[in-house]
Amino acid sequence: MSYNVNEKGYYGEFGGAFIPEMLYPNVEELRQNYLKIMAEPDFQKEFNQLLKNYVGRPSPLYFATRLSEKYNTKIYLKREDLNHTGAHKINNTIGQILMAKRLGKHRIIAETGAGQHGVATATVCALMGLECIVYMGEIDIARQAPNVARMKMLGATVVPATSGSKTLKDATNEAIRDWIRNPVDTHYIIGSVVGPHPYPDMVARFQSVVSDEIKWQLQEQEGRENPDYVVACVGGGSNAAGAYYHFLEDETVKLIAVEAAGLGVDSGESAATSILGREGIIHGSKTLLMQSNDGQITEPYSISAGLDYPGVGPMHAHLYKSSRAEFIAITDDDAMTAGLDLCKLEGIIPAIESSHALAVFEKKTFKSEDIVVLSLSGRGDKDLETYIKHFKL
Amino acid sequence: MNRINQKLQEDKKLLSIYFTAGYPNIDDTVSSIQNLEKNGVDMIEIGLPFSDPLADGPTIQASSTEALKNGMTSEVLFDQLKGIRKSVNIPLIIMGYFNPMLQYGVESFCKKCQEIGIDGLIIPDLPVDVYHDEYKSTFEKYGLINVFLITPQTSDDRIRYIDSISKGFIYMVSSASTTGAQSGFGQEQTSYFERIANMNLKNPQIVGFGISNNETFTQATKFAKGAIIGSAFVKHVTHEGVNSIDRFVNKFIV
Repeated sequence: MSYNVNEKGYYGEFGGAFIPEMLYPNVEELRQNYLKIMAEPDFQKEFNQLLKNYVGRPSPLYFATRLSEKYNTKIYLKREDLNHTGAHKINNTIGQILMAKRLGKHRIIAETGAGQHGVATATVCALMGLECIVYMGEIDIARQAPNVARMKMLGATVVPATSGSKTLKDATNEAIRDWIRNPVDTHYIIGSVVGPHPYPDMVARFQSVVSDEIKWQLQEQEGRENPDYVVACVGGGSNAAGAYYHFLEDETVKLIAVEAAGLGVDSGESAATSILGREGIIHGSKTLLMQSNDGQITEPYSISAGLDYPGVGPMHAHLYKSSRAEFIAITDDDAMTAGLDLCKLEGIIPAIESSHALAVFEKKTFKSEDIVVLSLSGRGDKDLETYIKHFKL
Repeated sequence: MNRINQKLQEDKKLLSIYFTAGYPNIDDTVSSIQNLEKNGVDMIEIGLPFSDPLADGPTIQASSTEALKNGMTSEVLFDQLKGIRKSVNIPLIIMGYFNPMLQYGVESFCKKCQEIGIDGLIIPDLPVDVYHDEYKSTFEKYGLINVFLITPQTSDDRIRYIDSISKGFIYMVSSASTTGAQSGFGQEQTSYFERIANMNLKNPQIVGFGISNNETFTQATKFAKGAIIGSAFVKHVTHEGVNSIDRFVNKFIV
């Protein structure tokens, strides 16, 4: 069985491009060109140079001594939190902005939930001197003021999404509608491994630098390329896709995907899509999604805005369905505790998304000789207010 | 013969109206349909509301959200439409997004449509290829015409391909836009309408998106067989309710 995308844009039974005809020319143009453009030596050169000199890659693979002692196993943290703009998101936006330029587009649109992808997009647009419009749910704008300010400082226009539930899924709808209205000069930088083919594959490839580095870094430190486990949190799933990418086809490497259980999987306030979702179509992709019996998409909940998405990328739906990856749901409280624990043990303040991944060590016992690589996808600066409130700091 | 094909043979420009089922009130669906026919409308698109209507502008989004709040579902719509063919003869098309149909079961959905007397479906986010490879035989088994969209950006080759697998009419999206009224059509639209007319397609074309008054209706139907009015009608019933449908329709019936 293959865990990668096939030539029709499917991961097993998931994926495809369920888009209105109005989007067909744009998506088709991208589909026909993305692999060709990515393979061009001069694209590769520019992409790699920017990752090195602008993003600050490679990000360290750090052996977490005290965390490892606590859980009696060998834990490595892949430090995506040290990237420019504070998370893995920038790997994708650098790739896509270079793609957009080669496609001759000069207007960039993006959706954002908590604002991390919006900031990463605004950043690369500033870098390239391109117009940037970021759609963000009205409710998210109100609760993520610092990121809204960052985007504005970087020259982006932030447009509130006032439809539906006024959060990430609606911001995505509005970005798609913008693309329908602007079919010629605009490129849509999707922030995760979601959306119509070829987006999930393209974003996974841009993020795959993460597992590429893990391989040689682990070789340097442990004398072997493959860990026993790779752990990552999954909202849409881009950091997990990047961390898994070069291990997908090697089943000796076990994959663990951590979803947000919110207040508890059965509480009605959760974002654990693999458990609560059914097969359906969201944002142009056939995948698992949270929906009513009648097929209306429902609003998820998580304390972490980055995991608060009613769907999941089609790659992950396939990893779930095929049991290639083990899915574990972590509640708000357990994630917050694990986050604070990392601060005290390792001097690293993680994003709340990444804290969900960290909480796995309380749920699952690893052997002392196991090598576990955990994707520390982002830093916690953006989450200070939530940490302050939660722990009454 | 399917009612859509019959209607398309009539020697006139067709006026087609879209409305959102279950809006403004949950029980307005049947009376809307009956009123529209009584006032001379040629064809009706019954909008099955969806939580995330990607191709729709603010007016239809808002009516969809409201209809869902009112309790509209596929099941409720089918219940309401039971017996509709006792009083209504014009073609009825259900327009909706694919996910609710997928959850209902595509075959069950089509079967229900046939039982009720629905003539066709418009599903903006069901791509032509997926329809062709996976669902065509099911739609045809239940006598349903699937209507495809083209836009000003659709290439001639693709238009020919869409024409080749269409069985009723082609839904011509007037401009690069989501649904909703515009101030009028410019040179760009006129030349697009003309270009398509000159392609001599086997299926007639009906124009939709951005048609809100007699002027845009006339412009759109100069070359095409008919036009669809959606958002402008939804706005009208938002303000005036379904009892004043005649006043809206009379603006277009010459």
